[in-house]
Amino acid sequence: MTSPPPDQHDAILERVRMMMQFTPQGRALGAELVRVGPSRAWGKAPYREELVGDPETGVIAGGVLTTFLDQICGVAVILSMQDPRPIATLDLRIDYMRAAAPGRDILAEAHCYKIGQTIAFVRATAYEDTPEDPIAHAVAAFMVHSGAVRKFGANLRERKS
Amino acid sequence: MSQEQDRVTAALARVPYAKFLGVRAELKGDELTLVLPFADHLIGNPMLPALHGGVVGALMELAAITQLAVSGKAEKFPKTIDISIDYLRSGKPVDTYARARVVKIGRRIANVQVEAWQGERTQPIAALHGHFLVAEEDSAA
Repeated sequence: MTSPPPDQHDAILERVRMMMQFTPQGRALGAELVRVGPSRAWGKAPYREELVGDPETGVIAGGVLTTFLDQICGVAVILSMQDPRPIATLDLRIDYMRAAAPGRDILAEAHCYKIGQTIAFVRATAYEDTPEDPIAHAVAAFMVHSGAVRKFGANLRERKS
Repeated sequence: MSQEQDRVTAALARVPYAKFLGVRAELKGDELTLVLPFADHLIGNPMLPALHGGVVGALMELAAITQLAVSGKAEKFPKTIDISIDYLRSGKPVDTYARARVVKIGRRIANVQVEAWQGERTQPIAALHGHFLVAEEDSAA
């Protein structure tokens, strides 16, 4: 498990932030990484009119939270690896405690609480102010790839299976 | 276009996030298919490249909500209680489809299963099952 000394925090934050910026969908949502810790990540998804799911209430779409939580959970997994390897979401469950407050940015905190050779386990909470007043909880499992990784552009070729 | 198709298209057009993703609906009889045409901003992994898992999840959740709106004749959108997504294959940079099956619809809660696929219907790239609140406490009306 990586425990960044305080002086390394900013460098790690910057590196992982660039990773998130590298994701077109992350960029489209405007999601950003706020803080990092050992196996933990904190992020923010800004409220935007175009992301509203219920036009009557102005509440942001569930799909935005799904994408944001998936991404922030993935960052927590990356942060728990000594040598970052490619990962892929295996499953993701989200429980909604309540609707997100219209007009407010959504924050999230993710913790990768166990990582093995093949699988990483993560949980996350989304909220506006504090995790004690959650909008949603997420639990996810990620596949952690070993040495043999799918090559660049693998999805541009014909699928065999 | 049938009246129902118009209704579904209009309902989806009112959702800003559906427009953000570029989702459209195709209704044949009572069978609803959501179509997500490929666009660059949907990518989550630029190396492969692959669709963002969250986007595939979002498409399936929208399919569940829209299907419930069609079958329940409800004017209000159902609210998500919980969703569970299984990722089966990485999403290629091509069009993606989703179809929902309402397993059980009670007075207040519906149980829905959804599958998303690309080239072949029999090779789903992801599956979702979830519970949705279809009516508030006193919606006898």
